[in-house]
Amino acid sequence: MARTEGKVAQQANALLDWVDDRLPVKSFWDDHLAKYYAPKNFNFWYYMGSLALLVLVMQILTGIFLTMHYKPTAEEAFASVEYIMRDVDWGWLIRYMHSTGASFFFIVVYLHMFRALLYGSYRKPRELLWVFGMLIYLLLMAEAFMGYVLPWGQMSYWGAQVIINLFGAIPAIGEPLVEWIRGDYFISDATLNRFFALHVIALPVALLGLVVLHLTALHETGSNNPDGIEIKKLKDENGVPLDGIPFHPYYTVKDIFGCAMFLLVFAFVIFFWPEAGGLFLEHDNFVPADPLVTPEHIKPVWYFTPYYAILKAVPDKLMGVVLMGVSVMILFLLPWLDRSPVKSIRYKGAWFKILLALFTVAFIRLGMLGMAEGTVAQTWETRWWTFVYFAFFICLFFFSKNGKTKPVPERVTH
Amino acid sequence: MSSDGVNNERRRFLIAATSAVGAVGVGFAAVPFLASWQPSARAQAIGAPVEVNVSKLKEGQILKVQWRGQTIGVLKRSESMLSHLPEVDTHLRDPSSADSEQPGYATNEARALKPEFLVVNMHCTHLGCIPQVIPQVGAQPFDADWKGGFYCPCHKSKFDLSGRVYTGVPAPTNLKVPPYSFVDDQTLVIGIDPEGTA
Repeated sequence: MARTEGKVAQQANALLDWVDDRLPVKSFWDDHLAKYYAPKNFNFWYYMGSLALLVLVMQILTGIFLTMHYKPTAEEAFASVEYIMRDVDWGWLIRYMHSTGASFFFIVVYLHMFRALLYGSYRKPRELLWVFGMLIYLLLMAEAFMGYVLPWGQMSYWGAQVIINLFGAIPAIGEPLVEWIRGDYFISDATLNRFFALHVIALPVALLGLVVLHLTALHETGSNNPDGIEIKKLKDENGVPLDGIPFHPYYTVKDIFGCAMFLLVFAFVIFFWPEAGGLFLEHDNFVPADPLVTPEHIKPVWYFTPYYAILKAVPDKLMGVVLMGVSVMILFLLPWLDRSPVKSIRYKGAWFKILLALFTVAFIRLGMLGMAEGTVAQTWETRWWTFVYFAFFICLFFFSKNGKTKPVPERVTH
Repeated sequence: MSSDGVNNERRRFLIAATSAVGAVGVGFAAVPFLASWQPSARAQAIGAPVEVNVSKLKEGQILKVQWRGQTIGVLKRSESMLSHLPEVDTHLRDPSSADSEQPGYATNEARALKPEFLVVNMHCTHLGCIPQVIPQVGAQPFDADWKGGFYCPCHKSKFDLSGRVYTGVPAPTNLKVPPYSFVDDQTLVIGIDPEGTA
């Protein structure tokens, strides 16, 4: 018995060696899992990266199966989504996983980005890591916007109308550009068809490429941590960071636990609250698109509303579009705006805590105001929080260099 | 590999020349893909400008045509209809059409190139219904002091004979005016601005 087992194991090893001579399996495993050392003081915030990956995989998987039943034409799109919801076996689950998954993607990504703000994860030497992450965020916004158009409901149609018309504000080339994006003189079948192509092929491919770059850059510099210190500075005699633990099995197990907890919440929302009261799927989108009838209150899905609020706060169309664009793009500059000698909020003074708190409130409040009807009082409040939003970046630049800091420890703390 | 006898200058020139030719090639190859996003021949045919002959239109009559999926109305107005326009100014939300959509050449009291012809997008700016045209002056069930205009049966929005919206109704802005121009005295084209105004 023992002899046969030994033989099987031998053959398995031989096969692995044969493959390894032709494909770098072992070195990949070691470089990125078994001998990839991550700081040992990760906390709750460090779940978000692996959760984002989980949601990405779910979106691709459910998306592939939705494509099998969905019809990307203005005539059939709305009915085919209802067909998926009512007549396709388990179609409702796959569709709700996809539509709710989009919102959860943004929840996870916003928390992931907030983590970087807390612990200065964008700081040197991780500037490119942050830039790739921002590019992923931008593509994700395009992907989500185009995906929302596909069911061809009223909010799909009029949301597309509003967003595409934003390009019309660009002087000189605006109108031809809008026509080029639409492929027609109004939002039509041509627009839906090309958004479908971008949503299911072009953007996912680009997203996956960027995720590979994001992870490659991460594994080159190694993860930051809640103390914001470089664990690679102090190594033992084998070259292993003193405060590092191998990603596998320690963080693979931790992330699997995170995934399980995430799926628990996710499943609950899918089963009992898939539209989130109009937040994840707006009520108007259960009415078929009608080019002749404008809904009374057009607003984007929640994850766009902070920027939409900034757009609405400016009375001039072009200036509004510019300011909205700047409000997203300024995030790219964070690694160079923050000039504090320390990375983590733990060792930054009260100035940073106050700034970050104000920024967080501004972002959330803008998100709420972006969904609102837009009364005069709300417009003035939106302008105030828009000011706070931008003031954060300016103050960060000027206060961070000489702002008060606390001494940073040599080793990570628990 | 030996690098003896390498002519670096020639090598740099060849690399630059090859790159330049390649870049131009990529540029040309991109054209068909970018151009494929333009409105197709079919979309252009469907969205083509519409010619309207107005020679048989009587005063107070409206002619409705379809243009780019929208219903466009051409209303012939009499002198007396036009003379009533300034009377309702105080009851209008946007009498000078400052907050409404129309080409520059139609931003006037008559909202038209030639005052007798009103060319207007018939879809109510509230929720897109088609208002009725009631050109005659006189008491109506919805307005005791009616000076003529458009009345939307869906949500009771009222517009004057220039498509300007009254106050106190749900429609936010005046009826839209599409781009149009005159080919000759009796023929107009919807979808093309007059020469020299676009």
